[in-house]
Amino acid sequence: MSMIPNLAPALGEIILAIGAMALLIAAVVLKNLTVSKLNKASAMLILIALLPVLLWQGGTEVTFGGSFIQDGFAVFMKTIVMLAAAAALLMSSQYLKLKGIKALEFPILMVLATLGMMMMISASTLLSLYMGLELQSLSLYVLAAINRNRDRSIEAGLKYFVLGAVSSGILLYGISLVYGFTGTIVFADLAGLLAANSSNIGLIIGMVFILAGLAFKISAVPFHMWTPDVYEGAPTPVTAFFAAAPKVAAMALMMRVTITTFPALVGDWQMILTFLAVASMVLGAFAALVQTNIKRLMAYSSIGHIGYALVGLAAGTAAGVEGVLIYMAIYATMTLGTFACILSMRDDEGMTEKIADLAGLSRTRPALALALAIFMFSLAGIPTMAGFFGKWFVFKAAVDAGLYTLAVIGVVTSVVAAYYYLRIVKLMYFDEPAPDFAPVTDLPKRYIIAITAALNSPLSLVFIGLLVSAAVYAAGSFFPS
Amino acid sequence: MTPALIEALLFYLFAFMTLGAAGFVVRAANPVHSVLYLIFAFFNTAALFLLLGAEFLAMIQIIVYVGAVAVLFLFVVMMLNINFTEIRENLARYWVIGFLLGMVLLIELIAGISSYQYAPEAWRQAVANPIPGGVSNTEALGVLIYTDYIYAFQTAGLILLVAMIGAIVLTHRKRKGVKKQNITQQIRRTAKNAIEVKKIEPGEGV
Repeated sequence: MSMIPNLAPALGEIILAIGAMALLIAAVVLKNLTVSKLNKASAMLILIALLPVLLWQGGTEVTFGGSFIQDGFAVFMKTIVMLAAAAALLMSSQYLKLKGIKALEFPILMVLATLGMMMMISASTLLSLYMGLELQSLSLYVLAAINRNRDRSIEAGLKYFVLGAVSSGILLYGISLVYGFTGTIVFADLAGLLAANSSNIGLIIGMVFILAGLAFKISAVPFHMWTPDVYEGAPTPVTAFFAAAPKVAAMALMMRVTITTFPALVGDWQMILTFLAVASMVLGAFAALVQTNIKRLMAYSSIGHIGYALVGLAAGTAAGVEGVLIYMAIYATMTLGTFACILSMRDDEGMTEKIADLAGLSRTRPALALALAIFMFSLAGIPTMAGFFGKWFVFKAAVDAGLYTLAVIGVVTSVVAAYYYLRIVKLMYFDEPAPDFAPVTDLPKRYIIAITAALNSPLSLVFIGLLVSAAVYAAGSFFPS
Repeated sequence: MTPALIEALLFYLFAFMTLGAAGFVVRAANPVHSVLYLIFAFFNTAALFLLLGAEFLAMIQIIVYVGAVAVLFLFVVMMLNINFTEIRENLARYWVIGFLLGMVLLIELIAGISSYQYAPEAWRQAVANPIPGGVSNTEALGVLIYTDYIYAFQTAGLILLVAMIGAIVLTHRKRKGVKKQNITQQIRRTAKNAIEVKKIEPGEGV
């Protein structure tokens, strides 16, 4: 037996880990390095690390003594996370310059957070799950507080840290209960053990604690309290990153834990996920109605969208998993695009976050207004937009699994949520113009807005078939036929 | 007295001292006393590790927990100005809800743990858990950490790196007017440019 584990499945992670340390040394040694240059280098590093992930041909492979799994599902989720992270890095440079944030650690922490997310997606034991989650969370706590001269940013970081530490404690407690009752932390062994034996109340308590810890990370109601404050207080590029990448990674973890590890307890977790989904959809729809700050609005919007994605997971079928995969991919593009637009909201007095400032944008910046309108239509789930297909697949899976109530609540809350998305469109196209915004001069941001807008517009009809077949392939690693 | 009896007696001695010290950590009125009791508890757990034959863990327990963690605690306790009257007031205000939550958790735990079952053969396996023959403790741990658990070990290293970067990013400030040692400048300093000879006329001063 060879002493060295098979490193090929984890090549992307290894490149990212070594690259992050190289960048850290470069940040110390090179004197004339600026944050924007380091941002570009970090985005390049993430894209290079994406190559071995995309070119992965080995099917399902487990390495590092069973700690790490690379399969179709992991490839799909990692691709979303890494592209989202690279995009968030590229569109942050101008904001950081305007706000005078010079910390070179910013991109390095983003890279390390991305690495943590990849480890979460590839976790195949409860230990590697926890380690990946902590690497990600710890980097994100610091990123939220990185604008340390601003009280709101510090408050966001502290709040996120305290609540995040509590949720990690809950998660760890659940893990210890599961280990105590089964004697194993390996997902595959757990699934086998549960299939062969009857379940046990202590084990179920452990699983509920694990799900509660993960629900905090995807900010599903009632574990959402931190989201609006952290989204508002953190620097906007960090918020963009928060909204897109960690949600996808934590959702991947939720799926791996429920579908592959505890399939025998489907009745128990289905109940929990159904409650989380309903509560998130309802709160996301109604609480967002009264928001005046666009970052807070996006926070409630993201809570609602997590609710919709959980509808698909609650179905627990292959179609449901495919639906969630498609939903998360589309959600990431919508969110990143919207945040790229928010980062372009800059008038004479500097960056603004007030929704009212968007008034009459169609007359002053027609292209930006069109792009933002596309994102709003897509977030609302208007047919022919990409967001519609995401909702279509999860609701269809729920109906096929017999969860009619869940699907009906989903449709009703979508209609309520459409009100506040369409209000922004109305504001931009039919209201008297507010002071002009500065033109979008930052090239990466222009490209990101253009690409994500194209992906969400009716042009999505062209791409959706490709996305569906990729999702079917990815979900296939959970449901071997 | 048989060796087994001595071992059992020692075990109960150290176990009770650990529990007692832990109780005093919570009950002590002065936080500095709490930390000192905590150190005592750490020493007792180290002794328990020794009884198990895990001498490496026992030494690490003393070096890391007593040497580093407890000292850090002492620093924090002494530096923070903890307001006890406020804590007591909060305790008085929230004890009902805290008590209810505690009871719910207790019932949950009793329900969970009462369902615990031993497989008949598991007990024997646990007792017979051997320290691999001919291998020292340190070596056995090293073999495990650097083979089966290398992934978790390396990730833990990355997490510590992030913690270090985070602490520096959030607290390090460049202050103005700080005098730093400049070694090059120090070495280049010679008698010629360090000493200035002044000729002072008698009776005039500098």
